[in-house]
Amino acid sequence: MTMKTDYIGKPTNRVDGRLKVTGQAKYAAEFDSPGLTYGFVVSSRIAKGKIKSIDTTEALQLDGVLQVFTHENRPQTAWFDKSYQDEDSPPGSPFRPLYSDEIQFSQQPIALVVADTFEAARYGATLVNVTYEDAPFSTDFEGNREKAYTPEKYKSQPPPDARGDMAAAFASAAMQISEEYTHTSEHHNPMEMHASTAIWEEDGTLTIYDKTQSVQNSQKYIDQIFGLKPKDARVRSPFVGGAFGSGLRPQYQLFLTVMAALELKRPVRVMLTRQQMFSFGHRPATIQKLQLGASKEGKLEAVRHEAFGETSRFEDYAENVVVWQNVLYQCDNVAFDYKLIGLDVYTPLDMRAPGGSTGQFALESAMDELAAASGINPVALRLKNYTEKDQNEDAPFTSKELRECYRQGAEKFGWEKRNPEPRSMKEGHQLIGWGMASGAWEASQQQASAKALLTVDGKLTVSSATADIGTGTYTVMTQLAAETLGLQLEDVSFKLGDSALPDAPLEGGSWTVSSVGSAVTLVCDAIGKRLLKLARKVKDTPFATAGYDEVIFSEGHMRLRSDPSKALAVTRIMRSAEINYLEEEVTSKPAEKQKKYAPYAHSAVFVEVRVDEDFGTIKVTRVVSAIAGGRIINTKTAESQILGGVVWGIGMALEEESLMDTTYGRFMNHNLAEYHVPVNADIHSIDVIFVEEHDEIVNPIGAKGLGEIGIAGVAGAIANAVYHATGKRVRNLPITLDKVM
Amino acid sequence: MSNKQQPETIEKAAPWLPPKQSVRITINGTQHQLELEPWISVLDMLREHLQLTGTKKGCDHGQCGACTVLLDGKRINSCLTLAVMHDGSSVTTIEGVANGEELHPVQQAFIDHDAFQCGYCTSGQICSAIGLINEGKAKTPDDIRDLMSGNICRCGAYTNIFKVVQEALERSKAQ
Repeated sequence: MTMKTDYIGKPTNRVDGRLKVTGQAKYAAEFDSPGLTYGFVVSSRIAKGKIKSIDTTEALQLDGVLQVFTHENRPQTAWFDKSYQDEDSPPGSPFRPLYSDEIQFSQQPIALVVADTFEAARYGATLVNVTYEDAPFSTDFEGNREKAYTPEKYKSQPPPDARGDMAAAFASAAMQISEEYTHTSEHHNPMEMHASTAIWEEDGTLTIYDKTQSVQNSQKYIDQIFGLKPKDARVRSPFVGGAFGSGLRPQYQLFLTVMAALELKRPVRVMLTRQQMFSFGHRPATIQKLQLGASKEGKLEAVRHEAFGETSRFEDYAENVVVWQNVLYQCDNVAFDYKLIGLDVYTPLDMRAPGGSTGQFALESAMDELAAASGINPVALRLKNYTEKDQNEDAPFTSKELRECYRQGAEKFGWEKRNPEPRSMKEGHQLIGWGMASGAWEASQQQASAKALLTVDGKLTVSSATADIGTGTYTVMTQLAAETLGLQLEDVSFKLGDSALPDAPLEGGSWTVSSVGSAVTLVCDAIGKRLLKLARKVKDTPFATAGYDEVIFSEGHMRLRSDPSKALAVTRIMRSAEINYLEEEVTSKPAEKQKKYAPYAHSAVFVEVRVDEDFGTIKVTRVVSAIAGGRIINTKTAESQILGGVVWGIGMALEEESLMDTTYGRFMNHNLAEYHVPVNADIHSIDVIFVEEHDEIVNPIGAKGLGEIGIAGVAGAIANAVYHATGKRVRNLPITLDKVM
Repeated sequence: MSNKQQPETIEKAAPWLPPKQSVRITINGTQHQLELEPWISVLDMLREHLQLTGTKKGCDHGQCGACTVLLDGKRINSCLTLAVMHDGSSVTTIEGVANGEELHPVQQAFIDHDAFQCGYCTSGQICSAIGLINEGKAKTPDDIRDLMSGNICRCGAYTNIFKVVQEALERSKAQ
């Protein structure tokens, strides 16, 4: 019996689910090799200065310790900054592990102890005796505001140009909101710590299992630094235990692992500790100044959005923090600025919806303040200022069903029953607050390649060097390939996470489905076209004169679109042609027509909080997130992406803060007991709605990425709900109980 | 001898490795006889000495629950206890939860409810859920959320994990 082969839009279980629930999915630190050695990183205790001396004698005396690498004995590596730059590097001079005696940030890796057991390496690391020469430093973000600067070059885009006359329009506006919003640094903290395992193959090449969002980015990085050729070292990453941006840049454990493997000619594994997960990229602390001028009726007349973002002394990291009013609300008199504050810390790094979750927290809080001040329903205020154009690019949207998000989200939540008065809704000691916010995130498409191999037994293998960091890439690509060629899911396998596969962009920016998905569809169509050519020659073929747009594939058969009963089995077509396999490789690029449009996913988030009147404890009891994300390929994994984004928003709003001790220049709470992320008890009802959105422009498959839109706006909606519950407007995240007491 | 000895440089003892000890431990029904240094945690014994990498290391400090296994039927953080302390014990890891090819109902429910994303906390969540059901303490939805809160899921699959555990509890009550 043939099974249906339409999968797109269906709730489909993850194809890698069985591997994950049985413990068979293998992550970077789980590949073994005879004679495997373990590296343990020694981290700097000071934030800035020099290593005066580093004595490894005692560590080397320990049985089992093979070598201690420091700046004094490390092998020669590349000379120029360019060699240390990767696909996600901000402008500047990237950190070079073990390069010299200079300390640039607290917890900087200063030595790697390699031993034949993990425990010996860990003990050995405590035996490395280091003396330091301290230098003056500053890690005080607020305290360095006066020294904020405009970078020569912005990592992403410079702040948008001003339009109209913001100052004059603001001065004459009937309603004026002028406030400052802040949040601290936050760390990604994927469950799997960053790790790499380098294994020597029999042919003398290296296979490196790395925790990364791009095997090819990792491969290029080590090739450049160690002078390797792509064929010398293959990077693999079949499973990634979360990343959320932390794997967008090669982290230092990769450098250290490869260095040690090359020097010792042994297989090496380095896994960072949880504490060391606080030693590299993070969401930058940010200060935002928002000014909104509006008419009494709530029409925006002036907007100024300025931000100060944290960066390191050696790279200018910047995000798109101030662009969001231009995407969400129409206004003619606007001005923007984004300055950096350099500190003696590691460079910040993209973390789930970088810039968006930050900027939209401030913008959506300010909009709520405007709604409260002018007595307008927050949803009505947003509808009043709805924009049909992205004012950053002065371009129409590829699609925008945000109105429908507001409508369906409000209806599901019961928003019309909201009493606008703060502290008006109460149950016992619980103050109940309802808040909402809008969200937006880019839905871009990048160039991507894919290969497909169809064998005569009807099995299809599709591959691309992308990643699945929990997002569902394996599953969604399998669905797209299976549906395009009318095969059963079980007959299709998708390979990723291998630098030898066709080129794929970094797995980030919510562009994997649109980019790699488009390539997968295109390559399957290329196979389909080859099949059609062969099918025309089959005896008694119904396809003698059919063009490709006149055929469909389903249930293992090629069929005439006009009469699907006229069909040939794919396996029969290949057998008739006496062909064992068909292979195609394609590169898919964004279409020219996209350039005239702005691609964005949108959301409307509605939140209920309950705040204990006596203790100030805050619980998010209900969230409705209505998403306009184009065509949804897998409603099950798509919903999970949004659920995860909402949970991240709850963490950002109420829990997550990396607390900087400015005396020692280090994050104090560098562990999972003191860096709070949401746990099961923090999460209650979350409803996800996908509103229907047809988009013929955004990319060939009409899907918008969902990895980041789920967090957009959530922190703002929670802050607004907390205001509604308590009457207190908290403008610095996280909103901990002390701030509402 | 006089107490007032001349101060002399005390030769610092060279660092040494602790001697190995014998451990007899049953893992997923198979008995193992291992020679282990006493500083090896149950977690590292599983991952590095037995290649049972299904049990995950997420913090090594008992703060995340990724390393949860069932020790004599009780859920524990395997990073917080040393292997040599468990001579004669029996450990069930994620690799031993299924009945051959047939998944444990909790494993199947994790797939059906998409109660994971990256999969790194999943082994611990599943062992923890089975441990929670064995304990029989969870009576209300809030109990479930509280008693599953030792297992962090950074991907945020909590609502789906909750559904899995709630269903499993109902199933176990019905039996």
